[in-house]
Amino acid sequence: MGSITLKNVRKAFGDTVIIPGLDLAIADGEFVVFVGPSGCGKSTLLRLIAGLEDVTSGTISIDGEDVTEAAPAKRGLSMVFQSYALYPHMSVYNNIAFPLKMAKMDKAAIDAKVQTAAATLNLTQYLQRRPGQLSGGQRQRVAIGRAIVRNPRAFLFDEPLSNLDAALRVGMRLEIGELHHKLGTTMVYVTHDQVEAMTLADKIVVLNAGVIEQVGSPLELYKSPANQFVAGFIGSPKMNFVTGAPAVNRNAATIGVRPEHIKISKDTGEWAGTVGVAEHLGSDTFLHVNAAALGTLTVRAEGEVSVSYGDRVFLTPDLNRIHRFDANGVVIR
Amino acid sequence: MGGLPRWHILSGIMATRQAQVLGRWALAPAVTVLAAWSFVPLALTIYFAFLRYNLQDPDNTGWAGFSNFYYFFKDPYFVKDLINTVLLVAGTIVTTVVGGTLLALLLDQPFWGRGIVRLLMISPFFVLPTVSALVWKNLIMHPVFGLFAGIQRFFGSHEPLDWFGRLPLFSVGIVVSWQWLPYAALILLTALQSLDEEQKDASAMDGAGPLSYFRYIVLPHLARPITVVILIETIFLLNTFAEIKVGGIGGIAGNLTYLVFSQLNDATDVGMAAAGGLVAVVLANVVSAFLVRLVGKNLEA
Repeated sequence: MGSITLKNVRKAFGDTVIIPGLDLAIADGEFVVFVGPSGCGKSTLLRLIAGLEDVTSGTISIDGEDVTEAAPAKRGLSMVFQSYALYPHMSVYNNIAFPLKMAKMDKAAIDAKVQTAAATLNLTQYLQRRPGQLSGGQRQRVAIGRAIVRNPRAFLFDEPLSNLDAALRVGMRLEIGELHHKLGTTMVYVTHDQVEAMTLADKIVVLNAGVIEQVGSPLELYKSPANQFVAGFIGSPKMNFVTGAPAVNRNAATIGVRPEHIKISKDTGEWAGTVGVAEHLGSDTFLHVNAAALGTLTVRAEGEVSVSYGDRVFLTPDLNRIHRFDANGVVIR
Repeated sequence: MGGLPRWHILSGIMATRQAQVLGRWALAPAVTVLAAWSFVPLALTIYFAFLRYNLQDPDNTGWAGFSNFYYFFKDPYFVKDLINTVLLVAGTIVTTVVGGTLLALLLDQPFWGRGIVRLLMISPFFVLPTVSALVWKNLIMHPVFGLFAGIQRFFGSHEPLDWFGRLPLFSVGIVVSWQWLPYAALILLTALQSLDEEQKDASAMDGAGPLSYFRYIVLPHLARPITVVILIETIFLLNTFAEIKVGGIGGIAGNLTYLVFSQLNDATDVGMAAAGGLVAVVLANVVSAFLVRLVGKNLEA
């Protein structure tokens, strides 16, 4: 069990309001990702759920039980920190055993649990080492090990992959996804990286300045963003926004087209432009096309496209996949 | 292809050699000063320790063999002063490390006026040992004019405690501890501030209360700075002299340093004083090596 409900949660540090009032329901077993730019309050929100910060007002309940005033350890949650926060003077074994030792579990039971967790995370041969002797990915696994031995009602991850290099990040991302399927436990994950959000989440919560912009599955957010902020934040490369005549023609203040929804041609098309930088990735080609009054548009073409700097090209947006926004940035459906 | 890379390697070696030579010349002044400051006195002390050299008996000269050491060990004060030395050093270290840890924990909390309190806290360290000994002896611990006597009288005592008279070693211990407490607290406070905040959060999530957090996270983090404090304090406390001299208790509760002083000053025996000095040096090294290993083992495991 591990459903988490936030009701009208507000957090302010003195006069600085971080979260002006927020409602959110996380179902049992769900993988929820809080995503947003830095300073949007996503980490604060996670710390509020963990109990490491006190809410200014509002209630937090886990499995229907009000835990707003409960100490962090009493909430039955485990957390994986950005810096891993391993205890540097303890061996890997003692790190993983620490929460069990604090729970006054007997030694044999602790040993069994630590060994199981270590086996799951491929840490068995490192149990006697200190965290300082491990690589970033191994430290990350120890932190996860310390989190899973308690059989928590939910896992909280605070940007767990941001200290890893790009290759390891992809690997650990997969491992965390795998772990979620294996354990089936609720996971709340904070990141500023929309790729992590898209790949891991059952449900993404897009935050901006402490306010929820939109909640939905990755594809819902991708296909029908509720506003310009979500549209710009979800998807890589970023959605192109066009104002002026093409928008007015479609009865909108701004229209948005994703780079992958623009066709490129050398002969005909709706918009003309010159190719700026072309990024050839093999599987895809990202073109930065300078389209005069429309500004610079990013176009994603599949496979290899033989255009180069300065070429004149024509662009045509996919008519069914144009997002229209009003003057306030809210989508027009 | 051939010539160019080889030339590069050669110039690299030459650059390294030049840097090494330059480095040696740059270090030379420091090494010279260090040698003059420590090697020369040590060499002289060793030389005197094996010499018949009494200022009241100038005709008696020549090598003394180990007799200076023999008579130093046979001195009726030696064993007593050795025990006093150990008690003073150990007692002060325990007091300052325990007190310093508690003070550091207190000063690590955010409170109004913390900056000023910290500044005031280090001030005992700036007071000269002779001055602080005089102040403690005559203004605080004096049986007639002292602050403690005043407090005792306030509670109805007619015969306040004569601290330096009745508890000489303990009184010196208090004075020395007062001087060294700020040092320990300051070092430990700095160490506390380098403790990662996320460790506190992680241990809170793991169910560690304040005491467990202190025992399992803070104390191991402080292990290394505590060994540093112990090492430095041992070296300085073995040399405690001013407080004993000013306290006028050298005869009843002197330490080895005071014994060396009295060999030189009262008995004018330079040879025996040098021998005693060497014994003190060896003792200091043995004690500090032992202590550091003991503390390191207990806290890091």
